[in-house]
Order: sequence, then C-alpha cells, then structure tokens
Amino acid sequence: MLYGPDSGKANALHTLFDIMVAEDRIDYHPMSSVVAIAEGALHVLTPGGRRIFGYDRLILATGATDRLAPVPGWQSAGVYSLGAAQIALKAQGVALGRNIVLAGSGPLLTLVAYQLLKMGAQIAAVLDTAPLSAQVAALPDMLTRPGLVLRGVAMRLQLGRRYHAGVTLEGIECDEYGPAAVRWSDARGTSRVTPCDMVGLGWHLRAETQLAGLAGCAFDYDEGWAQWLPRTDRLGRAVEGVYLAGDGVRILGADGAELSGRLAAAACLADLGLSAPDVASNLRRQARYERFARALARAFPWPAALVRAAPDGTIVCRCEGITAGEVREAAVHGGAEANRVKSLSRLGMGRCQGRYCQLAGNELIAARTGTAVCDAERLREQAPVRPVPIAAWMRES
Amino acid sequence: MKPSAQKDFGNGRIVRLVEFNRPRVRFFLNGAEGEALAGDTVLTAILVCSPALRRSEFGPETRAGFCLMGSCQDCWVWLEDGVRLRACSTPVYEGMRLATEAPEVWP
Ligand code: FES
Repeated sequence: MLYGPDSGKANALHTLFDIMVAEDRIDYHPMSSVVAIAEGALHVLTPGGRRIFGYDRLILATGATDRLAPVPGWQSAGVYSLGAAQIALKAQGVALGRNIVLAGSGPLLTLVAYQLLKMGAQIAAVLDTAPLSAQVAALPDMLTRPGLVLRGVAMRLQLGRRYHAGVTLEGIECDEYGPAAVRWSDARGTSRVTPCDMVGLGWHLRAETQLAGLAGCAFDYDEGWAQWLPRTDRLGRAVEGVYLAGDGVRILGADGAELSGRLAAAACLADLGLSAPDVASNLRRQARYERFARALARAFPWPAALVRAAPDGTIVCRCEGITAGEVREAAVHGGAEANRVKSLSRLGMGRCQGRYCQLAGNELIAARTGTAVCDAERLREQAPVRPVPIAAWMRES
Repeated sequence: MKPSAQKDFGNGRIVRLVEFNRPRVRFFLNGAEGEALAGDTVLTAILVCSPALRRSEFGPETRAGFCLMGSCQDCWVWLEDGVRLRACSTPVYEGMRLATEAPEVWP
C-alpha cells in the first residue's frame, strides 16, 4: 500500500516475481511456513494442511526481526516493536496509539518516527539510547553510502525537538489500559517523564536463524552486530547444499538482501555445474554495504549496559513472565550456559521460542557470572520453529 | 495532516490514519458485533474498538500483539469453533466470529 522512497525497487522485484509465477517457472506456495527441517526435507504448514518438500539444494532467506531489550513494563498491551509500528502503518494505514513514544536505537527508530509523523500520527518523543558521540564516530564509514546518510539526517531533522540521543530508559508506567508514560533520563542525567499511550521499542535487527540452525549451519558470535550469525562463505554457502541470503545471515538491509540473493543463486548454479553469472562486481558492492552496515551497528549499538542494569523484577521473557532476577539466579545455580539457564528458568521456552529474550538472557548470564556473552552459547533451536495448531498439523494435504 | 484529522471508529487503541473509505465488514467479538474495514487484519479489527486482544496467562497485564509479523505469538485469538489464529496475520472477513479466550472445544 504505502512504500517509502524505495517503492520503485520493491515494485520491480515483486513484478518480476509475479511474472515468474504467472509463467509457471516457479512453484509458489503463499501463506505457507516451514516449521521443521529434517533429513533433506522441509515440513511445511500450508493453508491446506501439512506438506513435506524434499530438496537437494536449499536457499534460506528468513530475514530478521527487531532486536529487543527488556525495559520494565514492556510486557503490557500497547508496547510494540518498532517493526510492528511500521507494518501497522504501511500495511494497514493505522497508528498503534494516539500519543506515541518510540525508543531504542538504529535506523528504524528515525525512519518509523518520520513515517508516522508524515502520516499524521502524534509522536511525543523519540528516545535514542545511542549517544551522539557514537553516531559521529561512525560517520566516516557510514559515508560509504552517502545517499542513505543524507536521507537519514533529513528525516532526523524533521523530528526536531522530539528526538533525544544518549538517553537511559528507566521504565514504562502502565495502567490497566496500557502505557501511561515513559520514564527516562536524558544525556545529562536529568530525569524525565513523557506521557503516552503507546510505546514502540527496538534496537536495530536480529537475524532470524532458526531454520538455518535446523538445516545444520554453524554459528559464530559477531561482536559488531552483537548476535550469533550463521557461518557462510562470501556467496552464502553454509553447509553442503544449503545457502543463506538476506538479513537472516548478515544485516545489510534491503539492497544488501537483494544482492546476497543473487550471490547465493550464483553459488548454487555453480555448484550444480551450471553456468553462473560473474559475481566480482557484486562482491565488491557487498563489501561496501557491509562496511556501511558495520558502521551503523557501531553508531546505534546494542544497549548492553541497559540490559545489565535491569532491576530484578524486570520481565525478560514476555511470553511467560520470567524476570531478570530469575535468570540471574538460574545462571548462578546452573552455570553460565544459555541452554542450562533455559531448563532451569524456562527462559527461551515460551511461544516465541527465545526470539525476543535470548540476547538479553545471555547479557544477564554473562554479567552475573563474569563471563563473555559469547561463552553463554546460543539456544539450540527446536522444531517446530513456531507453534503449530495441532489440528492443522494432523491434516495432511 | 494534523492529529485532529485522525478518525476514531471506536474507543480502541488503534487509530486509522488513511483509507477510511474501504468497504465495511461486520464481525463478532465474544458475541458482540463489531465493524471493521475490508483489508483489516483481525488484530486491526479488534484493536480499533478494544484496547487489548487477550489476558496474559502469566501476569496481570493484557496483551495486544507485539511484532505484527508472525514471530512473537503474542496475538493469539480464537474462532468460536475453537480454531486458534494469529490475529496479526489473519484477515478479517464478513460474519467472522472471534473469541478472546480459547473456547472449550477440541481444536
Ligand atoms: S503480533 Fe507477533 S505474532 Fe502476531
């Protein structure tokens, strides 16, 4: 419905896809989700029931979700991810509240605030936990893509005095309806309270990697992006027969995703012994995108200090109401390992399967036990990667 | 557009900013009739007239979805016949009968 300045590119891509479907060159299954991968086959929930697709080559493009950090009160109705606020606006033409506070960090923070304002929503404050100094320090490398920087600065200017850098979030005050105010302190340490009825939270993106894990990919902790990412070569080859593309493997954004799709396809063709396009120029472009993306990650970092300082009563797992205190206690009794903390505290066992708590959980484990975040290991994924209604699963199509 | 131009279709949490003129769709929530617009998700349809989707099983707060992209599972609601839905990724349709608590029916 409503796309931003890149709508031309998005339209071109969708049109190309629609043509391939219309010409029967691809077998397209809309509204279907892969919930498990085992023994060279995908287990898929389709509108007609369960289906199994065997494969000998698999290209996974699973994208990313918002990366979240727990803020006291974030479990309440009316607190959403920044991505949610953007989807609501673009796909439904709605604002998720009448008086909005957006908080977190990353390019999406400014973008969503700008888009909401432009469409007539009311924004009370935009609270960025990244200090201005980090943003300035990352600028030289960000200028590898000057057009994007200019666009970002122009949008930021439109936010005016609503935008605050270097804030510390203290909590979301809620009544029975939902958020009533956000408590925070500004870069100088002055306490502030901003009334609102909706809060959007997010700190950049988190690669969605559960299927890659089930497909047998190895992972490395990436200090820059502060998360685990699947191990691949430059073209996206992971393990035998499995290729990864898009934000699910490196957080390079929309242009980078398109590029990495092309590279993965080229690798797949080459491995099949078919003629593949020359990728040298694409690889150079990818290197430039990565330099930019890593600068972004430094400009708008994961809020490690905020997570570590979370009061014991803060809910870390929104699914089952598990608190920071319970996670800390489990780390002391169970040891500094995420899977053991999971079995003791249930952190990561809820219906989102750790997507929104795993990174914060590891931060808490590391802080409590004096170890490095990467030493806490990642949660082993389990099929199904999202809850499946049992009746739909029983129905074989 | 000024905030005053926002149109309220009820006393819910969501406000429509554009496309007020899509065709009307009638649905039922816990037996009560509600009005949505064609193209709305179940989440939009419910939250335009209500502040939340459901109660939390683990705390005192209510829930109204979180990610809107099928990832967090915070937005579960039910059809009256017991089928569970993700409100954020299910379109509302004319005559749809929704419930915010799991009905006592085997799914
Ligand atoms: S709101 Fe997250 S799955 Fe629907």
